[in-house]
Amino acid sequence: MHNFTLLLFLILSSLAIFCGLMTVFSRNPIHSALFLIGCFFAIAGHYLLLSAQFLAIVHIIVYAGAIMVLFLFTLMLMNLNEETEQHKPALAKIGAVISAGMLMLVLVAVFKRAVLAPPPPYQDFSIGTIETLGKVLLNEFLLPFEFASVLLLTAMIGAVLLAKKQNPNTNQA
Amino acid sequence: MDTIFILEKSLIILTVFAITMLIALYSTFGERVFAAYFQDRLGPNRAGPLGLLQPLADGVKMFTKEDFIPDTPNKFLFIFGPFLFMTTALITSSVIPWGDKLEIMGRTVYLQAADINVAVLFVLGIVSIGVYGIMVGGWASNNKYSLLGAVRASSQMISYEIAMGLSIISVLMVSETLSLRGIVEKQHGFIDWSGKFPWFSWYVFKQPLAFLIFLVCAFAETNRTPFDLPECESELVGGYHTEYSSMKLGFYLFAEYINMFISSAIISLLFFGGFNYPGMDWVKQQLGTNAATLIGVGAMFAKTLFGIFFYMWVRWTVPRFRYDQLMNLGWKVLIPLAILNIVITGAVIILSGN
Repeated sequence: MHNFTLLLFLILSSLAIFCGLMTVFSRNPIHSALFLIGCFFAIAGHYLLLSAQFLAIVHIIVYAGAIMVLFLFTLMLMNLNEETEQHKPALAKIGAVISAGMLMLVLVAVFKRAVLAPPPPYQDFSIGTIETLGKVLLNEFLLPFEFASVLLLTAMIGAVLLAKKQNPNTNQA
Repeated sequence: MDTIFILEKSLIILTVFAITMLIALYSTFGERVFAAYFQDRLGPNRAGPLGLLQPLADGVKMFTKEDFIPDTPNKFLFIFGPFLFMTTALITSSVIPWGDKLEIMGRTVYLQAADINVAVLFVLGIVSIGVYGIMVGGWASNNKYSLLGAVRASSQMISYEIAMGLSIISVLMVSETLSLRGIVEKQHGFIDWSGKFPWFSWYVFKQPLAFLIFLVCAFAETNRTPFDLPECESELVGGYHTEYSSMKLGFYLFAEYINMFISSAIISLLFFGGFNYPGMDWVKQQLGTNAATLIGVGAMFAKTLFGIFFYMWVRWTVPRFRYDQLMNLGWKVLIPLAILNIVITGAVIILSGN
C-alpha cells in the first residue's frame, strides 16, 4: 500500500515537472497554457495523496476550470504564433540568463541548509475533508476568511469598473 | 484493500460504462423517433424491427466515412479535442449512486463507483473541464469559424456554470452534505414526516426555484435547444466541429447524448430523490433489502430516462434563443435569482430553528 502511494507520487511528480518545463519551453503560447493545465491536474493529484479532497477539487475548479479557460480565450483570440513573436535583443537574453542563474544559486544555497521536518507520526484522513475545513474556517479563522472574501469582492468590483466603458455623452464618471 | 473490493468496483464501473453507452446510443434513436412523433412523421423504421438497429447503422456510417484532418499545425490537439470531450462526459458517472445497497453473500455492495464526500464539487469541476474539449478542438481546426464557434460554445458554458453552482448551493444548505449519496438519503421515501408539518421529501418540492434554475442551466451546459447556439446547423456554420468528420465528429455528437444522460441523472439525484420511491420502507419490509434496492435502481433509471425524454420534448417545443438573450438570461436573471434563493433558504433555515 505504501509502495503504491510512492509510485503514484513519483508519477505525479514527474508529470508535474514535465508539464512545468514544457510550459516554459513551448514556442506556442496555447501549448504552454495547455501544459500548465496538465500541471494543475498533477498538483491536484498531490493534494489527493495528502488526503485534501476539497483542496484538490477546488484547485481544479478555480484554476483549471475558470482561470485557464479565460487565459485560453484571450490567447486564442489574440492569435499569437511564432512569426509574430518579437525578438529580444541579445543583451537582454544574457542578462536574463545571469539573473536566473543567480536566483538558482540562492535557491540551492537555501535548500542545502534546510532541515527536513520529520513526517507526522500518523496521517489523519479527516483533516482535509470539507467538514473539518468548514469548521476551522468559520470558527478559528473567521476574521481572515471574511477579510479574504471582502478583498475578492473589492477586486471584482474594481475589475468591473475598469472594464466599463465610459460613455462620453453622460457626465457621470 | 482486498481483491474482492477491487473486483466489485471494477464490475460496477464497467456496468455503468456499458449502460451509459447503451442509453446514449439509443438516445440518438429515441431523439429521431420522438422528433418524428412530434412532427407527425414515421421516423426511422427501416433498419431492423421497428428501426431498432438504426444506431448501429449510424455507427457503421460514422466509422466508414473519410477521416479528414484539415491542414493544421496542431494535428495532435485536433485528435485530442474529441477525446477530451468524450472523457469528461463519461467521467462524471463515477460518483453517481445508481441505487442503494445490495446484500450478496454477507457483503454489502453499494451500487456506486466512488462515494466521495465532495461529489457535488467533483461534478462541477468536471463540467468546467468539459469546456476544454470544445476549445481545443475548435482552435486546432485552424479555421476562423471553428474558433468562433468554440468561443461561442465555451462562453455559454462558463456563463451558465456560475448560475448552476449557485443554484446547487441552496440545495446543499438544505441537505447539509456534499456527497451525492448523502443528498439522496436525505430525500428518503416520498413524504417527510420529521418536520412540524409533513411535506414531500424530494428537493423539487423544497427547492422549486433551485430546480428551475438548475434545469435551465443543464440545458445550456449540454448545448440543447433552446440553447443550442454552439451548433445550430440551420443558421450558423456548424460551430466548433465544422472541420470534424467521421468518428471524431461522432465523438462530439455522441458525448452530447452522454452529457444529456448524466445531467438527467444528476437532476433526478438532486431534485427527484434518485433511487427513492414512495413506499420504499414498506417494500423493504415485505420483500427484503435486495428487492427494494432493485426497484430503487429501476426508479432511478425511470426518472433519468424521463429526463432525457424531457430534453427531446423541449427541443421540438421551444424555439432557439438569440445570443444576447441567452447571455442576459444567464447573467441578469438566473444568477440574481439563484442568489435570492440562497438568501431565502438561509432565512427559512434560521426562522424554522434548525
